[in-house]
Amino acid sequence: MSQRPWGLWRSQVRAVMRLEMKKILLSRRGLWVYLLALAPVLIYAAHSFDQLRKGEPCDIGQDTHIFAGVFQLFFLRLSIFFGCVGIFLNLFRGEMLEKSLHYYFLAPVRREILVAGKFLSGLLAAMFIFGTSIVLQFFALYCHFDASTRQEYFVHGHGLGHLAAYVGVTLLACAGYGSVFLAAGVLFRNPLIPTLVVLTLEAISGFLPQTLQHLSVIFYLKSLCPVAVPAEIFMGKGNPLALLAVNPTPASAATAILGLLVLSFAVLVFSSVRVRRLEIDYGTE
Amino acid sequence: MNETSVNTGADHRSGGSSDRQIVFEDVSKFYGDVLGVNRVNLSIPPGITSLVGPNGSGKTTLMNLMTGLVRPTRGRISVLGMAPDEPERLFHEVGYCTQFDSFPRGLTGYQFVYSYLRLFGYRHARAADLATQAIERVSLADAANRKIAGYSKGMRQRIKLAQALCHNPSVLVLDEPLNGLDPLIRAETIALFRTLAQAGLHLIISSHVLHEVDVISDQVVLLSNGYVVAEGPIHSVRDEIEEHPMQILIRCNKPDELASRVFQQNCVVEARLHADGRGVLVKARDADRFYLMLNHIAQNGISIESVAPADDDVLSVYEYLVGTEESTK
Repeated sequence: MSQRPWGLWRSQVRAVMRLEMKKILLSRRGLWVYLLALAPVLIYAAHSFDQLRKGEPCDIGQDTHIFAGVFQLFFLRLSIFFGCVGIFLNLFRGEMLEKSLHYYFLAPVRREILVAGKFLSGLLAAMFIFGTSIVLQFFALYCHFDASTRQEYFVHGHGLGHLAAYVGVTLLACAGYGSVFLAAGVLFRNPLIPTLVVLTLEAISGFLPQTLQHLSVIFYLKSLCPVAVPAEIFMGKGNPLALLAVNPTPASAATAILGLLVLSFAVLVFSSVRVRRLEIDYGTE
Repeated sequence: MNETSVNTGADHRSGGSSDRQIVFEDVSKFYGDVLGVNRVNLSIPPGITSLVGPNGSGKTTLMNLMTGLVRPTRGRISVLGMAPDEPERLFHEVGYCTQFDSFPRGLTGYQFVYSYLRLFGYRHARAADLATQAIERVSLADAANRKIAGYSKGMRQRIKLAQALCHNPSVLVLDEPLNGLDPLIRAETIALFRTLAQAGLHLIISSHVLHEVDVISDQVVLLSNGYVVAEGPIHSVRDEIEEHPMQILIRCNKPDELASRVFQQNCVVEARLHADGRGVLVKARDADRFYLMLNHIAQNGISIESVAPADDDVLSVYEYLVGTEESTK
């Protein structure tokens, strides 16, 4: 049909993204995703404001550990996780509920291209929301330190490196959870079931056999976090929540990045195959 | 995207004739245990083909099958030589106006059609031109920049029609396309269908408004409970129903005299005066033979004004066929 299929596919992906990005970023139903992303920013801002008011700046090392704990236990496991549920589950399931998916299916677009276009839309939107959140969190947490401490940490210390690593982990988390929940939206009618199943599996991934850990998104993400969460500082010894932050067999950075990308790609290929065979039957939705 | 790579309907229409039909070969579709359609064998030529049947008879299922929205449980479908499960090829040639009354949120009528065209790979200028043309064709130019959410039922129907025909397809599949249209727009839309059919397009139209089908169709496919009961030009279908004698209404100046003469003919089963007293309603087993005799009968001062079949419309044919089918079960 086309002499230059890649050119056509690029153009079709862009057309899908134009439609989807607007829906994801500007939808009133997606407001709670922004709230999830901004919650840590508000907490850190309140903390900084409180310290400034008291005139007692904290220990920057302690705040760095607090950031690591909030990032791993709240931001990754709840904010990004449920944010991706809201964004990616709706890419197909939401359109089935609104009975508008057939418009895509009636266009001369390969279903694989449609999956790619929708996934990239969700990914860009999630990256924008949660990536911005991470940068704002850093700013909100460290703004109450004096200029010399900040300069020492960011310019001469690990500050910028940590920020880059957290942004990178955030983007990978969006890709990993995004692919999983896009697939869940294709496979399941009730989004609650896959969400709870994935949430549980991610929570107990540290206790799973090593092979199964490689099928977990959080396994790779924890391996890439720049600061380990010291359980005794953050939660106290013996607190079962501390187990969520522990990664008994961390993967190397290269393995973690490659592993997560391979996992996401495999899930997307699987989704494409399912979407290729998907029928429009709104009556059963 | 290189626009020359977009395969237009016009290009395809100039091709050979071997793949010019829509073919169903022993097609069945079950939704779990529920029958959609069963053992459908059809070959649909260009022109206007109406799918006729009550709700649940399988009209929409047939349309969804030929556009790949659902897949057959058994059998094979070919649309101009293409399989419906290859949307990337099929929808350069096919436009489908579905019965679903739902739209992507927040779009104006123009954006709806334009964004669909961008999915084809058309560049902005080309997509904008085609969208504008399609919207003008369905007489919706004035409302093109209003949000679809504020459209009336008839306007929503028309914008869906504009989307289905905006890329100049060779096959237009239209599920109840006249629903919600006011009489003027209805007439304009039927005229548009006629124009498209004369240009060599396949128009597959479903309707349960049978008198409309009579006006529109070149051929009909009658469906009942998922089965194809009959197919073909409506007059041919009627001719094949032998158990119901053909009804013919003859308008003349002496109906009672004509009735008595007509009744003496062997091929006539029944002859009775029309309710308005200005004609005779004849039931004839062999209509062709009756027409030949009529000139001979109508002499001696009987002046015939008109002769017209009274039951070779879709409604009568459907009643005969579906009634017969159901009575045999």
